[in-house]
Amino acid sequence: MSVMTPYHSEMRVRRDGFTQLLRAEWTKFRTVRGWLIGMAVAMLLIVGLGALTGSNSECGIQMGPTSPRLACPAPPTGPGGGWVTDSFYFVRQPLSGNGSITVRVTSLTGLYSTHGATEAGDGSATAGMTPGVQPWSKAGIIVKASTRQGTAYAAMMVTGSHGVRMQWDFTHDVAGLTGKVSAASPRWLRLTRSGDTVTGYDSADGARWTRVGIATLAGLPSTAQAGLFAASPGYSVTSRSFGGSSATGGPTLATAAFDQVGRQGAWPASRWTGEDIQAAMDKALPVSVQGFTQAAGRFTVSGSGDIAPATDNIDVIRHTLAGTFAGLIAVVVIGVMFVTAEYRRGMIRTTFTASPRRGRVLAAKAIVLAAVTFAAGLVAAAVTIPLGEHLLHENGNPIPPVSALTWLQVVAGTAALLAVSAVLGLAVGTLLRRSAGAVTVVIAGIVLPYLLAVTPGILPAGAEQWLVRVTPAAAFAVQQSIRQYPQVTGDYTPGNGYFPLAPWAGFAVLCAWAAVALALALFLLRRRDA
Amino acid sequence: MNDVVHAEWTKLRTLPGPGWLLLAAAALTAAVGAIAANAVTCPAGICQIDPAKVSLTGIYLGQAVVAIVAVTVISGEYSTGMIRLTLAATPRRWRVLAAKAAVVSAVTLATGAVAVLASVLAGGLLLGRHGITAAHGYEALSLGNGPVLRAAAGSVLYLALIALFSVGVAAAVRDSAVAIGMVLSLLFLFPILSSVITSPGLHRHLEQLSPMTAGLYIQATTNLHSLPLTPWQGLGVLAAWAAGAMLAGALVLRFRDA
Repeated sequence: MSVMTPYHSEMRVRRDGFTQLLRAEWTKFRTVRGWLIGMAVAMLLIVGLGALTGSNSECGIQMGPTSPRLACPAPPTGPGGGWVTDSFYFVRQPLSGNGSITVRVTSLTGLYSTHGATEAGDGSATAGMTPGVQPWSKAGIIVKASTRQGTAYAAMMVTGSHGVRMQWDFTHDVAGLTGKVSAASPRWLRLTRSGDTVTGYDSADGARWTRVGIATLAGLPSTAQAGLFAASPGYSVTSRSFGGSSATGGPTLATAAFDQVGRQGAWPASRWTGEDIQAAMDKALPVSVQGFTQAAGRFTVSGSGDIAPATDNIDVIRHTLAGTFAGLIAVVVIGVMFVTAEYRRGMIRTTFTASPRRGRVLAAKAIVLAAVTFAAGLVAAAVTIPLGEHLLHENGNPIPPVSALTWLQVVAGTAALLAVSAVLGLAVGTLLRRSAGAVTVVIAGIVLPYLLAVTPGILPAGAEQWLVRVTPAAAFAVQQSIRQYPQVTGDYTPGNGYFPLAPWAGFAVLCAWAAVALALALFLLRRRDA
Repeated sequence: MNDVVHAEWTKLRTLPGPGWLLLAAAALTAAVGAIAANAVTCPAGICQIDPAKVSLTGIYLGQAVVAIVAVTVISGEYSTGMIRLTLAATPRRWRVLAAKAAVVSAVTLATGAVAVLASVLAGGLLLGRHGITAAHGYEALSLGNGPVLRAAAGSVLYLALIALFSVGVAAAVRDSAVAIGMVLSLLFLFPILSSVITSPGLHRHLEQLSPMTAGLYIQATTNLHSLPLTPWQGLGVLAAWAAGAMLAGALVLRFRDA
């Protein structure tokens, strides 16, 4: 008796598995020379245009016609690592060890100019200025590590129209009492230092105190500088219209009156020292108009400038990645062709015969395309940013310090942006089956809204914001490496590199568009003949 | 030559795609222009608005649709193999290209005229409602006004030149996806690059060289002195791009197997 052994194929089971499908699509992709060349072109465009931008953006200052060009100076760096504005008038005394300072503010007034910095013939820099307080003019008490720009600090202040605030280390801002300060409704402010922490209190009557915030200032020296300060940020009104934008503005001045100055702890100095914390490039009024007076326990302090994160700098990283658009157009063309070429050649019928579940084919195509594009984009972005920054630095541009997390967000975000755009191209290509129409729909959907939003003078401001909120162009927010602060008045427009949506929220808008297009493509792919 | 043009006209007329696309181009141009005109929020007399330019904002989108039509007139024949039949019937290949260019620019001129007329009418109506009228010191948005007539007629010519440019690029590269990608890159890339390049010399040169930015100077009716080129010079830049693309297309058609 012989035992029959049933036949077993040497072939592995599940030859029609998803892995095989992925492999098939990968084979298609890598064996079409044009697509590989296209991917390489996309990378080269991103790197090349980044290099072009870097080598043609100069920044320099020239003191005289014959003196050498100097590189633009970098703003001071704050304790958090970012660039800051740190210019104000400081009436100070050293404070040794723990202690506190209490003060009553009875008024805050200001001056501003609508036509730039005025230096009138009579020598008065404030001649021709209009009385008025800027919304973020600030005056109050401050404890600061030293008088050097960018060092750690904590301050309690009254502001032009944002009530009492406690701010520390440039980026932190906590609201206290609301309402404007006046002789009828003065504001009491107190800062208490204990080791590394500074606690801020406010009060309307000097009797009942409310804690506003606790600041931890790492590495605050045992002897800090403490006292009164006043600062007033530059006034600027940008009128934007179809004809272009025009900006008017200039530096401003804030003047505050203080009394009831109380100190606790060790204050070794016998008198107050007035000092203008300012650098040559700061947008502040000259030292001559700032200053303080002291009489019978009453102080008047006038200051110009701001103590805040710097927000008027170019987004250098985004600039180096200007070539992303060229690369995006190339990967969209490839994404569209990845499917339309199959329709054109009739290959799609073979594909669907081999794998009748059409949704899986679309998924495999999307995964292969996204993976290849992501890898190419990652390499291109990771090469372009350091290259562009190096060239910009050579041309005298200061390079802003950027955290590793932001850097990663921009590099991975750019790669993901390219990958999802290519998938959107694939989906629209499946929907329309026509290359030219599909490429145009995707590019007109991503690049054109961006172009219209960032080029000043084409659309009104409201339409600009709207375009980079709802169209796939919102995804370019992932390339934003600068931040917007509510406590700093700035020209936060897409043209200046500020997107209305958070980086990954903007990217989600593109993903939503791609998901909708893929769902529609899947629906039609199942219903229509191939 | 008449027969060749007639043949090309028949091809274009009998396909459903181009007709719908041209209709869409006109509708989109007028619609975007109307939306832009309606979005103007401007206290009377304060901001400098160019009424003609606002009303004609839709050209930015309309040109992309025109480019699809122009590209597919060439690359559609390559994808179906029809081109071999066409060239067998007309062995002098430049004639085929010339006939296609003539037919495409004629239909684009007709579409463009409708689109621009609708845009100007809608713009006049909507801007007037927002107080942007001649009485408030703005340019009167009427075709009787010299600069506005130039902006309107120039925009129609702009669309026709975009069509010629696209025909040339498509003849040179043949594949429709690659051709439309190149056309849109060349249109959109220059303004994006010039927005990040701060070197003033190169910035100005990029604007002067850009087929879209320079070509659309034809729409400006105010602040002409601030442009790096005059409106007609700007349109000339686009014409040069179109001529270059047509030449490249003709050479490729002449020397390469179909």
